[in-house]
Amino acid sequence: MRTAVLVFPGSNCDRDLAVALERATGNRPEMVWHRETALPPALDLVGVPGGFSYGDYLRSGAMAARSPIMRAVVEEAAKGRPVLGICNGFQVLTEAGLLPGALMRNANLTFVCRDSDLTVVNNRTSFTSAYAEGEAIRIPVAHHDGNYQADAETLARVEGNGQVVFRYACTVNGSANDIAGLVNERGNVLGMMPHPERAAEPAHGNEDGRRLFESLVGALAAA
Amino acid sequence: MKARVLVTLKPGVLDPQGKAIHHALEGLGFGGVNDVRAGKLIELDLDEGTDDAAIEDMCRNLLANTVIENFRIERLG
Repeated sequence: MRTAVLVFPGSNCDRDLAVALERATGNRPEMVWHRETALPPALDLVGVPGGFSYGDYLRSGAMAARSPIMRAVVEEAAKGRPVLGICNGFQVLTEAGLLPGALMRNANLTFVCRDSDLTVVNNRTSFTSAYAEGEAIRIPVAHHDGNYQADAETLARVEGNGQVVFRYACTVNGSANDIAGLVNERGNVLGMMPHPERAAEPAHGNEDGRRLFESLVGALAAA
Repeated sequence: MKARVLVTLKPGVLDPQGKAIHHALEGLGFGGVNDVRAGKLIELDLDEGTDDAAIEDMCRNLLANTVIENFRIERLG
């Protein structure tokens, strides 16, 4: 299974994501610099990592979303290729228009860095098939701009389509409907604020995130 | 020529920073403030003759996230 992880100036979770993907797939992901205009051929997954790309200047994820490599990511997503955005990666995917809505400053204005209890709302995606529907899991969050907002019509649509994949069990950042992660309509693009790559091996003290990567491997093997 | 772009959150979108400023003003004893909205001021130094459409393009493509933000362009001559 061939995966790629984008590398933006300022990102600090690109290597963490690469380690988690390598453990899950057995292959080391290709690290792709933001100035590249093409992705490696025959990719199975594009990872958009967490961590303050471009220092979060202007808006979180705004600069990264307009970097040259993102055009290729938008094209891959349009072909149905899985794209996984974590934390800042989620912000990048909304800014790039691959996911609806926007991520704003946390409603309580504090940087939130702790374990978050989540509910798996939808396990019928290639990202979540190894979880049970309604399962309670715990994944760490670390963000200042994780407050998901969209207009009422968009919220009704994503809820109605089953696009909400993870929901916070209690309010973390003021997100509309406590949305912690959602997919696009086609289901091949997932954005989530919590960090599954930080809960992926025994040394982390929590392996609830590992099954997200295992779900992907399973889905791609079946494809 | 210069232009200013004012980026503000759309009405109805919760503005946590504005709320914090409001609380701080109240804490300082300033009464009569009904609401505070915080925004961004972006100053552009542009080639002479840059037209409004080009500036608007910049706003829509990068400077404002039109899901949650409005923008206003002011030319400074």
